Amino acid sequence: MWNSLKTMWIIFLHMFHRRVTIEYPDEKPKIPPRWRGRIILSRDPDGEERCVACYLCAAACPVDCIALQATENEHGRRYPEFFRINFSRCIFCGYCEEACPTDAIQLTPDFEMGEYNRKNLVYEKEDLLIDGTGKYPGYNFYRVAGVAIGGKSKGEAEKEAPPVDPRSLLP
Amino acid sequence: MEATFYLSAAVAVAATLMVVTRASAVHALLYLIVSLLAVAVVFFVLGAPFVAALEVIIYAGAVMVLFVFVIMMLNLGTSAAVKEREWLSPRMWAGPAVLSALLLAELIYILVWNVPGTATISGRAAVESKEVGITLFGPYLLGVELASLLLLAGLVGACHLGWHTESGWGSRSESLSDRRGHENG
Amino acid sequence: MNEWTGIWANLILILAAVFAFSAMLSWIERRLLGLWQDRYGPNRVGPFGVLQIVADSIKLLTKEDWIPPFADRAVFVLAPAIVAVATLLAFAVVPLAPGIGVVDLNIGLLFFLAMSSLGVYSVVLGGWASNNKYSLLGGFRAAAQMLSYEVFMGLALMGVVMLAGSFNLRDIVAAQENLWFCIPQVLGLATFAVAGIAEARRLPFDLPESENELVAGFHTEYSSMKFGLFFIGEYVGITLISAMIVTLFFGGWLGPLLPPLVWFLLKTFIVIACFVLLRAALPRLRYDQLMAYGWKVMLPLTLVNLLITGAVVLSMA
Repeated sequence: MWNSLKTMWIIFLHMFHRRVTIEYPDEKPKIPPRWRGRIILSRDPDGEERCVACYLCAAACPVDCIALQATENEHGRRYPEFFRINFSRCIFCGYCEEACPTDAIQLTPDFEMGEYNRKNLVYEKEDLLIDGTGKYPGYNFYRVAGVAIGGKSKGEAEKEAPPVDPRSLLP
Repeated sequence: MEATFYLSAAVAVAATLMVVTRASAVHALLYLIVSLLAVAVVFFVLGAPFVAALEVIIYAGAVMVLFVFVIMMLNLGTSAAVKEREWLSPRMWAGPAVLSALLLAELIYILVWNVPGTATISGRAAVESKEVGITLFGPYLLGVELASLLLLAGLVGACHLGWHTESGWGSRSESLSDRRGHENG
Repeated sequence: MNEWTGIWANLILILAAVFAFSAMLSWIERRLLGLWQDRYGPNRVGPFGVLQIVADSIKLLTKEDWIPPFADRAVFVLAPAIVAVATLLAFAVVPLAPGIGVVDLNIGLLFFLAMSSLGVYSVVLGGWASNNKYSLLGGFRAAAQMLSYEVFMGLALMGVVMLAGSFNLRDIVAAQENLWFCIPQVLGLATFAVAGIAEARRLPFDLPESENELVAGFHTEYSSMKFGLFFIGEYVGITLISAMIVTLFFGGWLGPLLPPLVWFLLKTFIVIACFVLLRAALPRLRYDQLMAYGWKVMLPLTLVNLLITGAVVLSMA
C-alpha cells in the first residue's frame, strides 16, 4: 500500500518534468548521419558514376529489391544500364552498402518516403543517382584500381607502380 | 401510482412466463432478472422502498450474476436448447399449469372480492429503512438470529468445501504451494 | 406545471452535462496521462486537442456496425445499452447542489448501489453474447470481480450511513456541515474508493478487458457505436463514482466562498484526476491478487471500520 502511494507521488511529480515528445511534422527530429534511410547512388569526385555494376548489392539484398543490368561504355568503364530499387520491398538493412566495393550505393538519413501510389516506390536510376560523393568524399574507384579504362592505362593509378615486363625479371 | 403497479405486475408475470418457456438458459435468466426488477417496482409502489432496493441489490445484482456466471461456465450448446424444447411439450407443463391457475384464481378472488380497502396501493405510509431495522431487531429478533445462524452454517460449509488439504493437491500445485511457503518464510 | 418544467429542465440539463463531461473526460484523461508520462497526449484537433472527442465520435459513428454471425444477437445488442442506462440512472440520485439534482430519494444510496450492481450485467452478457473465448473470459473475470468488490462496496458506505443516520444523499451531505466524513470514515473512504475503481473497471482493476491478455476482453467483438456505448458507460461510471465519493466523504457541495455547484464540480474533478493518476502509476493486478486483495484485505477492513464506527456511534449516543 505504501509502495503504491509512493509510486503515485513520483508519477505526480512527473507533471513538472520536461516532455520528451518531439512533435514531428512541426519539429524535425535529429537523425544521426549513419541512419539507414533512403538509398542513393553516388558519383566520384570527377562526376562519373561510381557504380561498376558488379551485382554484389543485388546478391547481398535479403529481399531481392535491387535489380540492375551491367554495361560498358566506349572507354571500357562499367556502369549499370538500369538500376532499380523497389522501396516497397526494401527493409533498409544496409547490406547493399556493406557489399558495395566502390562506395557507390549508400543509405542516407532520410525517411520521408511516403507515397499514395505504391508504384511510385519503385525508384529508377535517375531517381537514385545524386550529384555528390555522399558519405565518402574524394574516393574514386578507377583512380585507385588497376583496371585500364580510356584515358588511364595500367600502372597510372594512385600508388600503383608501372607494370613490370616479366621478361626483364629473367635471370 | 395504481397504473404503475398493474403495469409492473403484468411485466413481472409476463417475464416469469418467458423464463419458463425460453430454451436458452441465459435468455431465461435475463427474463428472470426483468421479473425481479418488476417485483422491485411493485414493492416500491406498495410503499416498501427499502425492500425494493434490497431486491435489486441482492437478487438482481448479486444472486442472478452468480447464476449467469454458472450458466456461462457450463457452456450449454444447441443440444441443451433442443432438450429444453422437448421439455416444453404440453405433457410436461399441463399439471403445473393447472395448479398455478388454481392459485391465480384464488389470488384474483382475494384481490377482487374478499379484502376491500386494505389492498389499496398506498394503504399506509411508506415503510422507511429505520422502521424495517427496528422491526427486524425488535419483534423479529429470533428470526434474524436464526437466519444469521443458517448463513453462518453455510459459510462454514463453503469454507470446508473450499479448504485445500496439502495431500489433496496435484503435484504441480503442491510445488507451487511449497514455493509460496518459501516466499513467506 | 411550473414545478414539472423545473424537474424536466433539471433532468435534461444534468443528462446533457453528464454526457458532455464524460465525453470530454476521454480527452482530459489522455491529456493528464500525457502530462504524467512526460508526453503531450492528443493536441492536434482544435486548440489543445479539445475537439479530439468530436473526431473520435465521428469516427465511431461512421464505422461499420458489425454483429458477428456467431453472436447471440439480442443479448449482444442489449449489453452495451445496460451499462449506459444503469450508470445514467444512478446519476439521478446524485445531489449536485441545493435544488439541483434529478430526484431526492429517501433510499438514494441504496438506489446507487442497486444501479451499480446492475451495471455488471452489461459486461458479463456482452462477454457471453460475443461467443468468443476472450470475451467470455473477460465476462467471467468481470462477474467474479464485481461480485467480490460489491460486497464491501456496500459495507464501506454503512459507516457513513450510521454517522448521517439516513440513506438520503442530501441528508448525508447536510450531516457533513461541520466535519467531512473523509476524516472519521477514512477507512470507509479508502475501501469505497478501491471498490469504486473496481466497479468502474479502471486500470489497476481492469482485468475484464486487460488488453495484453484478452485482446479487449468483453468488448472484443464490439465495433462502432456499440463500442462507443461501452466507452461512454465507462467514463460515466468514473464520473459517477467520483461524484459519489465527493458526496459521501468530501461534503458534496459544501465549501466556503464559491457557489455550491462550483465546489461540487471542482471536488469531483479532483477525485477524477486522482483516478487518472492511479491509472498512470499502477500496474494491473494479477487475478489471484485481485481476489485475495478483495476478500482478505478489503472486506475485513470494512468490517473493522463498521465495528469501530458502530461502537463510537453507540458510545456517543
